[in-house]
Amino acid sequence: MHIPDGFLDAKTWISLSAISAGVVAISVARANKKLGEKHIPLMGIMSAFIFAAQMLNFPVAGGTSGHFMGGVLATILLGPFAGVLIMTTVLIVQCFIFGDGGITSLGANVFNMAVIGSVLGYLIYFTFYKIIKGKTGRFIGAFIAAWSSIVLAAGFCALELAISGTSPLKVTLTTMLGVHCIIGIGEAVITVAVISFVLATRSDLLELEKI
Amino acid sequence: MKKIIFIGLGISLVLAIFLSPFASSSPDGLEKVGEGKGFMDKAESFIAGLIPDYAFPGIENEIIATALAGMIGVLIVFTLTYILTVVIKRKKQSQINK
Repeated sequence: MHIPDGFLDAKTWISLSAISAGVVAISVARANKKLGEKHIPLMGIMSAFIFAAQMLNFPVAGGTSGHFMGGVLATILLGPFAGVLIMTTVLIVQCFIFGDGGITSLGANVFNMAVIGSVLGYLIYFTFYKIIKGKTGRFIGAFIAAWSSIVLAAGFCALELAISGTSPLKVTLTTMLGVHCIIGIGEAVITVAVISFVLATRSDLLELEKI
Repeated sequence: MKKIIFIGLGISLVLAIFLSPFASSSPDGLEKVGEGKGFMDKAESFIAGLIPDYAFPGIENEIIATALAGMIGVLIVFTLTYILTVVIKRKKQSQINK
């Protein structure tokens, strides 16, 4: 879902870059207050894992592929603002080192995948976790938050393309949502699998203070 | 914590080196929609990157080129996040000392 250069017009990418820069600044300030000794290596590992997993495109119906995004996984383990920083770092490396995602659309990609994925994903996860509680709550919350993060990011992506005049909303929205409803299942399955792996091996990591 | 770094980084490297060369090369959701709705040709690339398209330049064997790109990517992302996090945390301690 990395938007390349050329898809977004100036007003759209400049606005989204400004919003994303603001959220990243808030995230740095939050991390500044809350980071503990234990968080540091975990932040690095989370980034490395998300980068690696994002390389693994899996086939979905009709000659399309999708890959793991990771915003919700990062948010569940380390918190929404840590998630924003992790996802942003991954996106910056993907843009500048691997030419994946445009430079003008970097702010939009940060907005769709880091901000929506981590911040909205966090709210969805904890809403379910607070209602259902326990292991079941974690798994159901993680599944729904992960699936929603992909579908919401795709929706925002379609909206940005429409505002830019690249493709009208009525043409793009349903197809973008349709494809990503399927990719979202992959996201949800991987997120729940990793959470259950962490629960089984080092459940204390899930109790770390969230950033 | 050392063990966690070892295992976490190990899993990431294994995924990037041994699985990424076999990932699906079909277009992703956005590309597919772009092709179908006729706006994919608007895509431009203002920045090619040092390792374009996750294939290490100059290596003919695609599997090795992708595996190498994956390994380098994991190490760069890990190091960059680690340094960034240390810098953010250190700023906090220097503020407390003032």
